[in-house]
Amino acid sequence: MGLTHQSCGSGVNKEAFHKGPAKTNYVIALAGNPNTGKSTVFNALTGLNQHTGNWPGKTVLRAEGKYTHQGLVYNLIDLPGTYSLLANSIEEQVARDYLCFGQPNATVVVVDATCLERNLNLVLQVLEITSKVVVCVNLMDEAKRKKISININSLAQILGVPVVATAARDGIGLDQLVNAIAGVANGTIQTNPYVVQYSEVIEDAIGKLEPEIKQLVGEQFNSRWLALRLLSKDQTVIAELKKLYPSEDRLQSKVGGELLA
Amino acid sequence: MSQYCSTRFANILHQVDSLNPMGKLHMNDTIVSSIYNATENISQQVVSQREKPKIDWDKKLDDVLTSRVFGFPSMLLLLGMIFWLTVAGANVPSAMIAETLFWGQDRLTDLCNYLHAPAWFHGFFVEGIYRCLAWVISVMLPPMAIFFPCFTLLEDLGYLPRVAFNLDRLFKKAGAHGKQSLTMSMGFGCNAAGIIACRIIESPRERMIAMLTNNFVPCNGRFPTLIALAGILVFGMGNTFGATAIVVGIVLLGIAVTLAVSWTLSKTLLKGVPSSFTLELPPYRKPQIGKIIVRSIFDRTLFVLGRAVCVAAPAGAVTWLLANIYVGDLSILAHCAHWLNPFATALGLDGFILMAFILGLPANEIVLPILIMSYLATGSMTELESIEDLYNLFVVQHDWTWLTALCMMLFSLLHYPCGTTLWTIRKESGSSKWTVLAALIPLGIACTICFIVAQTARALGWV
Repeated sequence: MGLTHQSCGSGVNKEAFHKGPAKTNYVIALAGNPNTGKSTVFNALTGLNQHTGNWPGKTVLRAEGKYTHQGLVYNLIDLPGTYSLLANSIEEQVARDYLCFGQPNATVVVVDATCLERNLNLVLQVLEITSKVVVCVNLMDEAKRKKISININSLAQILGVPVVATAARDGIGLDQLVNAIAGVANGTIQTNPYVVQYSEVIEDAIGKLEPEIKQLVGEQFNSRWLALRLLSKDQTVIAELKKLYPSEDRLQSKVGGELLA
Repeated sequence: MSQYCSTRFANILHQVDSLNPMGKLHMNDTIVSSIYNATENISQQVVSQREKPKIDWDKKLDDVLTSRVFGFPSMLLLLGMIFWLTVAGANVPSAMIAETLFWGQDRLTDLCNYLHAPAWFHGFFVEGIYRCLAWVISVMLPPMAIFFPCFTLLEDLGYLPRVAFNLDRLFKKAGAHGKQSLTMSMGFGCNAAGIIACRIIESPRERMIAMLTNNFVPCNGRFPTLIALAGILVFGMGNTFGATAIVVGIVLLGIAVTLAVSWTLSKTLLKGVPSSFTLELPPYRKPQIGKIIVRSIFDRTLFVLGRAVCVAAPAGAVTWLLANIYVGDLSILAHCAHWLNPFATALGLDGFILMAFILGLPANEIVLPILIMSYLATGSMTELESIEDLYNLFVVQHDWTWLTALCMMLFSLLHYPCGTTLWTIRKESGSSKWTVLAALIPLGIACTICFIVAQTARALGWV
């Protein structure tokens, strides 16, 4: 169960000590289904430069780690393992909120090569939120053992983002992964993410809503995704947006408060 | 500007209401099915399986290891095998390490004599601190060096989630969360880590149950104690299988108590309906033997040893002081032990054992070393190289019976968690009240069970 010397004994209580804002060039989120070897990828990239904490206000454990690549510091955020981003559980909500409102410079989605179809669910949902994605097809060794072959190039073409095949337990493919992350984070790799098509009614509704949302949020958030979430009456997303764009009466009371002060 | 934005946002929300009145678009259903169609389409284009493997070994294995009939027996068998390897394999290296370290003690004694150091100096540093450390290292290191890699091997193979799967049903029945079987498995490594792991349980009620009962499985720090005591218990018979069976029995008892206490709590203090979750079994994986050995040596063996050494050095010093500062005819330690003795005897223990548990609060690793220190301060032995010497010290010189060893094992399994774990419970629950309960509930259970066992055995004339 991943018991390490850091997670035993008195070490478990050390998480609260943040070492202050160390210099970081890029923030990279790491997403994936449970049991895809996400932690193995995380550990392989960050080595011992890790620390754990809690997602603010949530009971879900968060791991963060750093690695350097060509002189730049990458801060890797390990998102909770989830099957989807539909916010059915705290883990899913944490992962989704972070991808949308945390605005990482790039997101790596780790998928299991032995059951790609099931794992692609999450990939498509991540692509709806952010275009800065690298897909890491892990456990290629297992897939080979099960005589499953995956056309990595054609997958990359369909998804419109870099796809890297890895066997993280043996350290295979990590160099390419690090390069792809760097390319997506600094913009030298342009992506053209796959768009899931919905039924005509929904697409119509999105078509009407999206321009309005785009005018409001600009390029900061993905307006198509926000349109979808708003149409679903997603309360957490609405609440998050209300924080960014407080309603008028609250605004007035704030102004009034300032006047009184 | 921001007022302009907020009006806009309010307008958008209005528009949403008109586009999707009363949720007539059935958004979530259509979104999910559209995504599923897309993934099916994509994977058909990129994935190909040359030939279906003739036999799905993972499934075959799971059919046995998680079946209703063979699930528990195979679990016991694997656990038993690991304990047997540990019990049978640890004695020889233990004796070798002890020989080296006690040779060192003799040299230190020579040095003290050469320097004409005062007697208290020699007593405090050599007989107090050094001897305690030597004992901790020689008796704890070999079992850990065998046990932890074996246990990590099971982890790496992907077997531990199957254990959780097997136990899941029982935890549901006990009114607890199925994930508690995972946090309990974590507790076998370290109870403090197990408490942190309880975060994966969303419901506060079930999380609290998991936290209050995590202590009932023996952690890293208590396994060496339990294994050594089981060795003493069957020493006369010279039977490693007997010792293995006892340790397995103790582990099973721990799980049974976990379930019983969870059930009681869910019916009394923490009432409610258990929530459900889906547990996915990961595939079996080829273990990486080299990495396992390195990882378990560094992350567990040396970690536990380091912790034991850090706590044992001061504990050795304190115990030596308590045993050598005299008030009247008796040392402070003996005074305390005598005062505790009637109560301890009723529990099948003796005053010194109870004192060792009290002084061992910082870490369970040091309970046995403290006990040995306390006995040695009054006894005449200077070296302990094997279970045989331990047997002589406890049974021959201090009148232990099998009941004493058994009750000490039970007390060790069930008593309050170590200081670190309590501190972690305090942090995780944010409540002093629950932390106190987390210490008192196990203590109460330990005292009750030891009392019943001891009194029954005596009443039936078995001792």
